[in-house]
Amino acid sequence: MKLPRWFHLFGSPPFVYRLAGALIPWLGGIACTLLIVGAYWSLVVVPPDAVQGEVYRILYIHPQTAYVSMMAYVVMAVTAGIGYIWRIKLAHAVAVSAAPIGASFTACALVSGSLWGRPTWGTYWEWGDPRIMFETLLLFLFLSYLALRAAFEDRDKADRVSAILAVVGVVNVPIIHYSVLWWNTLHQGPTISKLDSPSMATEFLIPFLIMMAGFTFCFYWLLLSRLRAEIVERERDTRWLQDALQGGRA
Amino acid sequence: MNDLLSMGGHGAYVWPAYGITLAVIVFNVWAARRKLASALDEARRSVGKDQPRNQPRVRQLQ
Repeated sequence: MKLPRWFHLFGSPPFVYRLAGALIPWLGGIACTLLIVGAYWSLVVVPPDAVQGEVYRILYIHPQTAYVSMMAYVVMAVTAGIGYIWRIKLAHAVAVSAAPIGASFTACALVSGSLWGRPTWGTYWEWGDPRIMFETLLLFLFLSYLALRAAFEDRDKADRVSAILAVVGVVNVPIIHYSVLWWNTLHQGPTISKLDSPSMATEFLIPFLIMMAGFTFCFYWLLLSRLRAEIVERERDTRWLQDALQGGRA
Repeated sequence: MNDLLSMGGHGAYVWPAYGITLAVIVFNVWAARRKLASALDEARRSVGKDQPRNQPRVRQLQ
């Protein structure tokens, strides 16, 4: 199979370094605008919930950060897999960049979830809730991926070994997503991602979706920012980077 | 203003949740910038030290 030219272009570190540099200000600007508007909307504009009162406002950040944590894992697993199969170093660089972002958002989702759980469920932490447990497992998968990489002196070896862990661990993501359907537990069922219309009133749904978009842009903003640094680390001695540094263009 | 801070008695849960989320975003932005700055520093230090590696060109792949 003959791959199209753009496919090779996306495996080229100088091209991706410059593309990321051009996209980062846009992604950052859009992310910050959406998050500021969304935060104001969800904290000030929307009325309190009829049943939960004010504490439900956490639900404008908790599902979003949890979703980013899962997206980060999928990005990490897919790029690590591409890097492993086709031996594309840049793909490994994307996977490494996604890991710390994913880990921090997973921790964030767990904390915001427990802050919501205390007044609503009456507990900060429930060992019997599958979604909490598998999200915690996701955090440990990110951390083991990073720890495993740190155990290798040779970067290529670290790339290949950690890619296997990343790909195997991806089974956890659909388990988190479907856990509320497979087990009848404290976590509520899906609200938005149902086939029929979402069971949320429009005035609550709009800020929810703005925050969703804001966190998505924020993730790709952070991913490309880390990726640029990762490319510089990996390409330190290459001619294109040395030339760019000498010409003051890096 | 007080209503906004107290969040109907749930301010102690709502504000820390938003605060931690903001802190995570700010930390990630800061960490990425620091990583790029130190990687560029490191790369600048190795300018002219060794013969740079040539990168395979995209055109040659076709």
